[in-house]
Amino acid sequence: MNAGTQSHAVDLSNSTVRELNTALHALKAGSNASLWRVTNPGGLHAIAAGLDAPITVEVDGPVGYYCGGMNKQATVLVKGSAGVGVAENMMSGLVEVEGDASQAAGATAHGGTLIIGGNAAARCGISMKGIDIVVKGSVGHMSAFMAQAGTLTVFGDAGEALGDSIYEARLYVRGSVKSLGADCIEKEMRDEHKAQLFERFKLAGVEGQIDPSEFKRYGSARTLYHFHVDNASAY
Amino acid sequence: MCGIVGLFIKDKALEPKLGEMLSQMLEVMTDRGPDSAGFAVYGASEPGRVKLTLRASEGYDFAGLKDKLGGSSTLIERETHAVLSVPEAEVDAVKTRIAEVAPEVTVVGSGARMELYKEVGLPRDVAGRFKLSEMSGSHGIGHTRMATESAVTTNGAHPFSTGDDQCLVHNGSLSNHRGVRRELERQGVSLKTDNDSEVAAGYLTWRMNEGRSLGEALEDSLGDLDGFYTFVVGTESGFGVLRDPIACKPAVMAETDQYVAFGSEYRALAGLPGIENARVWEPEPAKAYFWDRKAA
Repeated sequence: MNAGTQSHAVDLSNSTVRELNTALHALKAGSNASLWRVTNPGGLHAIAAGLDAPITVEVDGPVGYYCGGMNKQATVLVKGSAGVGVAENMMSGLVEVEGDASQAAGATAHGGTLIIGGNAAARCGISMKGIDIVVKGSVGHMSAFMAQAGTLTVFGDAGEALGDSIYEARLYVRGSVKSLGADCIEKEMRDEHKAQLFERFKLAGVEGQIDPSEFKRYGSARTLYHFHVDNASAY
Repeated sequence: MCGIVGLFIKDKALEPKLGEMLSQMLEVMTDRGPDSAGFAVYGASEPGRVKLTLRASEGYDFAGLKDKLGGSSTLIERETHAVLSVPEAEVDAVKTRIAEVAPEVTVVGSGARMELYKEVGLPRDVAGRFKLSEMSGSHGIGHTRMATESAVTTNGAHPFSTGDDQCLVHNGSLSNHRGVRRELERQGVSLKTDNDSEVAAGYLTWRMNEGRSLGEALEDSLGDLDGFYTFVVGTESGFGVLRDPIACKPAVMAETDQYVAFGSEYRALAGLPGIENARVWEPEPAKAYFWDRKAA
């Protein structure tokens, strides 16, 4: 933050999420950088959803559903856990959760970075389309289901059916994978992948602390891309 | 949709606050279930006596019923419900007598410690009518209902109790409840409604009657119950949580040195004392969680 940053405080115990979001939506691209401190979030839904300005929103406690959803440009920091669909459909910017995230974290997101300090539940990165997700804990079942682009980096373990029906996203997992979903396979970890992983460590501020070679890479076997005539009778 | 909550107190000093905490949790879950609400509280027991929770229509003369029953029962009335404290040896006779002289009265719960209340209306109004916030106890569970597939009636409200000191609240829907119901009937478990959630309660009662612990009974249900569910269950000394393997229905838990709390959403937990330093996590799919006072 530079010296000219304006700071605002919003207490959700005496103003509504709608009031907060209306004020944040009024900030457009090109507006001055500002810092918004949100207190008493109490697990309310849709906090800081739909932002489109290079601002920082710090939320002091756990949030409910869709926090930082559809985010563009903004940085949203959650000092607590997050409910369903944090940063869903994010386009750019950064959403960081200190605690655990519920299911469908980063779902369908096109860009930006999502960092989860704890565990993410089921369906993390479902249908992701370009987002970079870093989970410092583990992810639940059906994570990266139908993932199309982007990266999912998991420092812990992955649950059942990782990467089911995946297109082109890259999945990096350090721990165990309970099972791989349809058409998802382990792939060779080449230097370019280690370099990419190192860039993800930088996003999470842990570069130099973890060895990229501890991770395995998973991706698409590309056998579901095209109709195969042997399957004609299945339709 | 529906909202469910549960609270298991670890620090006895907090027991007088159980009802107040549970009431506030229930009220926050109103937007998940504004049709009806219910709760069960595990309060103090009296040696050698059993509490029967009775339900009847508005304005029912429970005191008159007590006179008809005779014996040495004591009665606490709460609006459409009343708790009758009966000497253990007289329980079966009292139940039979109620069915004879007052068929309009339903025995909704029975046990050494459990009291169970449910009614149509906003959760705040239901909790207020029965003075939940004044109740003391070691653990309790609650439910706010948004009916999707059956009528808004008191009978369709949760919790369901199918055994002494046992009760369950459910968010979800079971798909094989007809089949399980037939099996339970063969095993002699009696169910009072057509509700799928009551089948889940009955299933756990049956497993525990077969000698399984609460945790084991919950694990058994993973193999036998099909459908969507998050369950929160209570027994005389225990408190359990189970989510189905798909885990579509939301759940969040918090634990401190003083309590374990469950909510459909974090909002329900946000008002609890010390929540800012609690361990907050989402219970994993297909994993039985349970706590027991006796083990603690």
